[in-house]
Amino acid sequence: MGRGSGSVIGARVTLALAPDALEHLAAGWRVATISGTNGKSTTTAMLAAACSAAGSRVASNVEGANLRSGIVGLLTSDAARRADLAVLEIDELALPSLLPSFEQPVVALLNLSRDQLDRFGEVRMVASGWRAALQRQPATVVANADDPLVVWGALGATDVTFVGAGLYWHDDAAACPNCGRVISRDGRRWWCTCGLARPDAMEIADAQLLALDGTPLAELHPAVPGRHNVANAAIAVVAAMKLGVPAGVAATGVAAVESVAGRYQTIKAGETNARLLLAKNPAGWAELLALIEGDTGPVLLAINARIADGRDPSWLWDVRFEQLAGRRVIASGERVADLAVRLHYAGVDFDLCTDDVLDCLKSFDQPNIDVLANYTVFADLVRDIARQR
Amino acid sequence: MSAARVGIALVFPELLGTYGDGGNATVLSQRLRWRGIDAEVVRVGIGDALPASCDVYVLGGGEDSPQTLAAARLAEQGIERAVGQGAVVLAVCAGLQLLGVSFTGADGSPQPGLGLVDVTTTPRGQRQIGELVVEPTAFDLPMLTGFENHGGITTLGPGVQSLGRVVAGYGNGIGGVEGVVHEKVVGTYLHGPVLARNPALADVILQWVTGPLEPLDDAVVERLRSDRLRAALGRRAR
Repeated sequence: MGRGSGSVIGARVTLALAPDALEHLAAGWRVATISGTNGKSTTTAMLAAACSAAGSRVASNVEGANLRSGIVGLLTSDAARRADLAVLEIDELALPSLLPSFEQPVVALLNLSRDQLDRFGEVRMVASGWRAALQRQPATVVANADDPLVVWGALGATDVTFVGAGLYWHDDAAACPNCGRVISRDGRRWWCTCGLARPDAMEIADAQLLALDGTPLAELHPAVPGRHNVANAAIAVVAAMKLGVPAGVAATGVAAVESVAGRYQTIKAGETNARLLLAKNPAGWAELLALIEGDTGPVLLAINARIADGRDPSWLWDVRFEQLAGRRVIASGERVADLAVRLHYAGVDFDLCTDDVLDCLKSFDQPNIDVLANYTVFADLVRDIARQR
Repeated sequence: MSAARVGIALVFPELLGTYGDGGNATVLSQRLRWRGIDAEVVRVGIGDALPASCDVYVLGGGEDSPQTLAAARLAEQGIERAVGQGAVVLAVCAGLQLLGVSFTGADGSPQPGLGLVDVTTTPRGQRQIGELVVEPTAFDLPMLTGFENHGGITTLGPGVQSLGRVVAGYGNGIGGVEGVVHEKVVGTYLHGPVLARNPALADVILQWVTGPLEPLDDAVVERLRSDRLRAALGRRAR
């Protein structure tokens, strides 16, 4: 176990002795929070980098300990003692209970879609929790204008800056979160008869972040790949601006983030260079499959269904694995049997590898492979790689 | 009888697709194509007209307010006409509930269902989440395996047949039974999706449309079934 885990255990003891420890610890801190279904860790790292580029001393839970105990652990750490700004990734379900501990936080809201349905329950309830929390408390909110659930949640607050960060997974955004009727769409515009509609937003065009009046603010060239990371970069830059960082400085800081908790890094396993890609839910998988579309190289898919993944991997049927037909595909992970059935029906030929993923990669017979894995199998792989070094 | 092309309507996937149940349509169509029978999945969006002439209508699980919206749209669009003409319906979770006489909406008030099956769903007050194993009684089939995630108690009307007897999990949450079968309408709480984990049930549904079908090699599914049954039942599975 890493030091991060140790500090979480210490924090749990602290919280058992003083349940209001976070309120006391967070007093006087400047705080920015990042929540949403996908992109939390990457956007948190980007925002931390943006603020560091402007000279802030940032404390951040970039390793993803994003519940109350993780935040308490961070704020009691040595690193935090020297910091003047906390950039906090926060679990989307935990956000409403943690926000009241912070004074006028900057709150970045990315996207909401189905994830771990056995833990989160209905995704609309998560948005409802955000909305109620923001109605109670002053905050400076930066939110994705393209996600109706996020917009409805964000509009609990009065100070909201919207960013047209895009939404490529619409299957959780058909019914209006406000009234339950069908949302109408025309291109990027969306609206409901109840009045909820896509708000005016800062937009992204040709890797340029534009202000509401069309003025270019910053160029977005994240080092991490994919259109979803351009969106994450835009939210990070706007959140940094709310913290007083000039847009250009923020964009430079954001562009320097190359790998977050192992994601997007390429590692050497045996004779194979493996690029590590994490996706936790259908929306995340859609982004990764878009990223590798048109490539022809081999792919290893790895699926677990532990508590942190969600115990029901039925969501595999929401992922368009059909796209991989014709490529060399290796199926692995604790739920390889579920994955195998999905690939079978998708018309994708595959080989099974029931070893740990790192061992599967070490015995692979080609120079390059993309590894697409969900949460706990990815975390185990990154841990195994670190141990081997 | 043998249909020239089997039409499978995937009904309102953006409302009733939260739990991966759209995979049931994929399974049905592939099992036909593998046997050389033409099949088409018609994705029916919430803004689309419900086609009247499909052979199978597949409904999945969804959240409370989308469920109410879906029920209202289906009532407008007359799904009962297609059923009256002999169409097959597979309805999972929220889909099962809205086919019944009534269910409970997002605001806690009772909502009218489509009345295609005589069942009534009321809230349990607590979600039932986990592996669900059912010994089928409506059909002579192997054990059914799936995953349930719902907060309903579904009461069958007098004389209404369940899909089977609950071996592990909750199912309908009353009477130790799971699901409902009425003529060619099958309702269940099994996700997985249900037809991915239970190909024999998929073939029952398909044979209502096509008549007798040749068996397929389901070895890859057998491994999943034994994994899941062992996970749910432990030693009882052997």
